[in-house]
Amino acid sequence: MSLSSKSAVIGRRLVQAVPVLVLSTFIVFALLKLVPGDVAVTLAGDNASDARIAEIRHLYGLDQPFLVQYGAWLWKALHGDLSHSLLSSEAVVASIARCLPHTLLVVVLAMALALLIGIPLGIAAASRQDSWLDGLVMTIASLGVAVPNFWLGMLLVALFALDLNWLPATGAVSLSQSVGGALSHAILPACALAAGGIAEVARQLRSSLVEILHSQQVRTLHAKGLSPSAILWRHGLKNVSVNLLTVISLLFNRLLAATVVVEAVFAIPGMGGLIVNAAIHRDFPVVQGVVFVMVLIVVAINLVTDILYNLLDPRIA
Amino acid sequence: MAEVAIMADRRPGRLSGFARWFRSDPRGAVSLTFLVALVAVSTLAPWVAPQSPTAQDFNAMMAPMSAEHWLGADDLGRDVLSRLIHGGMASLYASFLAVAVAVVIGVPVGLLAGYLGGWVDAVISRIIDSFLSFPAIVLAIAVTGALGIGLTNGMISVGIVFAPQLARLVRARTLVVRHELYVDSARCFGASTSRILWRHVLPNTIQPVIVQVTLLLAGALLAEASLSFLGLGIQPPNASWGAMLARAYQNMEIAPEQMYPPGLAILLTALAFNGLGESLRVALDPTMKRR
Repeated sequence: MSLSSKSAVIGRRLVQAVPVLVLSTFIVFALLKLVPGDVAVTLAGDNASDARIAEIRHLYGLDQPFLVQYGAWLWKALHGDLSHSLLSSEAVVASIARCLPHTLLVVVLAMALALLIGIPLGIAAASRQDSWLDGLVMTIASLGVAVPNFWLGMLLVALFALDLNWLPATGAVSLSQSVGGALSHAILPACALAAGGIAEVARQLRSSLVEILHSQQVRTLHAKGLSPSAILWRHGLKNVSVNLLTVISLLFNRLLAATVVVEAVFAIPGMGGLIVNAAIHRDFPVVQGVVFVMVLIVVAINLVTDILYNLLDPRIA
Repeated sequence: MAEVAIMADRRPGRLSGFARWFRSDPRGAVSLTFLVALVAVSTLAPWVAPQSPTAQDFNAMMAPMSAEHWLGADDLGRDVLSRLIHGGMASLYASFLAVAVAVVIGVPVGLLAGYLGGWVDAVISRIIDSFLSFPAIVLAIAVTGALGIGLTNGMISVGIVFAPQLARLVRARTLVVRHELYVDSARCFGASTSRILWRHVLPNTIQPVIVQVTLLLAGALLAEASLSFLGLGIQPPNASWGAMLARAYQNMEIAPEQMYPPGLAILLTALAFNGLGESLRVALDPTMKRR
């Protein structure tokens, strides 16, 4: 592929991401519209004075047309101003900057575990289709999809933290403080989170590998006398590596969602704790800020995998 | 596969077809039996449960399994088995509510996008893409926060979050179906758009929807457990499996065994929904039946 067509692909993808970005930020902003009754009164909380209600109405520009409100909000958000918490009056961007690293550490670790364990499992199952090994992997995958990962987290805490005392039960240490401490705090939550990911990766990899191993192309290779292992490693995996990118971007979205609940089990001061606490207390700037940042992350990851996908697979571009 | 094809050819009565499926697919059969039993027990909870789910017996706080409390009692002396049965009712109600909301929103939107095509489809598809870029639970938490905390609001939120998945599925099926001969001929006979959609397109998109709905029920069950665990779903003293886990979490250091009954209940039920969904996918696959 020539350089110019590569940049054309990237440019096209960037342009295609714009409507999704605009719509999803609009959804984030429109969350406020779901609040029943007068938003300003609800946001001001119980027993708020009329002055406070008026102040909030002005602060949010609630006296202006909805689209104008959205435009103003997006403009400020894109310049790194997500307003202030109604509870602590801390800047929302500051809260997120404090919480996001803890969440990302757990998610990235879980992603690594999911790939490191899921890929070998998927390959093993596909290469010995319908064997006991295949059955075992598929059983693990079914369990991994169905298990509530916060419950798995509780089981891990009970076993490794309370019974065996190997790892800390709760809390988090930032990477900048101590790498060992950060990892020892993040490993249990990451394991709890990874279960679904391992299942997903193993399942997807197995099914796309099986499909390729049954294709005409592979039958021809068999007829030509190529050994099954050569077919698997040289032709099978080469073809499914592209599918794996899609799985990774989907998985990142799932992990980002699931971590919100797992963080509660391990008392990690991450994005999950931030948004749950804000939702309970109707601290809307914080809720919107967290959802906004998470959507940005997902859209960015989708964009990157999409571009890689196009560059790796010449059939698509 | 061959068996299914032969079965379809002979067109036996629905009941005997069902009986044959039941015997040929143990995973599906076990899942279905489990779910039917669960729905029965949960619906009859007030009569089946040995005790009231909220009655406190201060002499039985944290009691282990016994003849009186089969699964023990929780930190307030409430019978765990009774809470599990009543909690099952709440958890199942929540799952069905969320999926019903998803169907009511997702199916018509998907039908319209797929059938009308053009700019309508382009706009709806972009909206679907946007919704799908939200981490599901995070959006559900935000919507629940806006609507107000509670089980019903929480599950409506989950339904809203699930709807785009169904819409995308129905849209894709509708795109295939709308150019079929029987749709063209209905149009030639002057059938209205709503009649074509209702009588001809919808029935032919329904099979993948049934499969997806079964799988979504498992997702909704896990979402209910998550929301209630976080305190955004069912409110005390009412029980749901997620709320029971939240309670067990509080007392994990004193009574770790409290987390097993609700956790296992969620795991088994989610397994059953997924198992049934996978079986239906095979049994309902139109390519296997028609050819």
